[in-house]
Amino acid sequence: MSKMTNTLLVASAVATAVAGIATNAAAQENEKCYGVSLAGENDCAAGPGTTCAGTSSVDYQGNAWTLVPAGTCADMELPAQADGSARMGSLEELDRDLPA
Amino acid sequence: MIVTQSEFTAGILDPKRPAPEGLQDGTGAPTTKRFDVYRNNVAVSLTDALVNAFPVIHKLVGDEFFRAMAGVYLRTHLPDTALMMFYGNEMPKFLKRFGPAQSLHYLPDVARLEIAMRKSYHAADAAPVSADALGQIAPDALMAAKLTLAPAVQILQSSHPIHGLWQANMVADAPKPVKQAENVLITRPQFDPVQHLISDADLTFLTALQDGHALGVAMSKAGPGFDLGTILGLLLRQGALTEIS
Repeated sequence: MSKMTNTLLVASAVATAVAGIATNAAAQENEKCYGVSLAGENDCAAGPGTTCAGTSSVDYQGNAWTLVPAGTCADMELPAQADGSARMGSLEELDRDLPA
Repeated sequence: MIVTQSEFTAGILDPKRPAPEGLQDGTGAPTTKRFDVYRNNVAVSLTDALVNAFPVIHKLVGDEFFRAMAGVYLRTHLPDTALMMFYGNEMPKFLKRFGPAQSLHYLPDVARLEIAMRKSYHAADAAPVSADALGQIAPDALMAAKLTLAPAVQILQSSHPIHGLWQANMVADAPKPVKQAENVLITRPQFDPVQHLISDADLTFLTALQDGHALGVAMSKAGPGFDLGTILGLLLRQGALTEIS
């Protein structure tokens, strides 16, 4: 592709993009709704540290690794990785992550 | 009596250890119970922080598994900043090695996406350029133009359906993910980060822009079949371009 053709391509793509905005600008305004999240449905993406965490829970630290993932992963139906290594937790792997 | 910081930290992280020697309750007695409360609160608050930070991972593996896993994570990864919203940055690496999670090979990439969403949320504001500013550049100057992406823009490549997994867990009635590689562009047009599925060519183009390459260079890197008009339109609509030089 010659330099000239490339330049023309870019120019026309930019023109298309810019023209698309001019007609769409008004439709793209979003409105943020404050304080209307239902309990448990807060879609705030701020992450931790933004609310006052309660401290009445108990941390049951234990190395009870009979646990297996049990959430929505169960119905995601995604086959194991290409090398077929759908291995479950091995103690050897786990030891590396345990606190020293 | 002096208690060193390292003794104190070691005591916090290991429930089997007694309270650090020398800690007193004010009447000269050891502080065993008080220290237990403190230790518990450290673990619980960091666990809660991780639950907040990784809502999709939390849903994927379930509450019991997640909290037990968080207990292992927090004892090897103490916060390195007081800004709790960034706690958990090492989670993708941790998940790759964490034995009991190995069957879910997509978890590390989902964690990367969740971190990217938070980074985008907390990124600095930046005034976007108008579409006209781009339109006014002379055609022969366009190839050499450099486009700066907004601080809130994040680009992720994955060989897993990270976008589909995120949607299925966070958006009501979203379809189940399909096994495929997915690349995600995150923009923040207003207040909240928004995800967009992008092609491999889009990803190459955006990465080149991020690396400081001119428009013409980024475009040729993206290769044939790349649709510049569509991705530029998306960037402009999302307020993702902040400077043209």
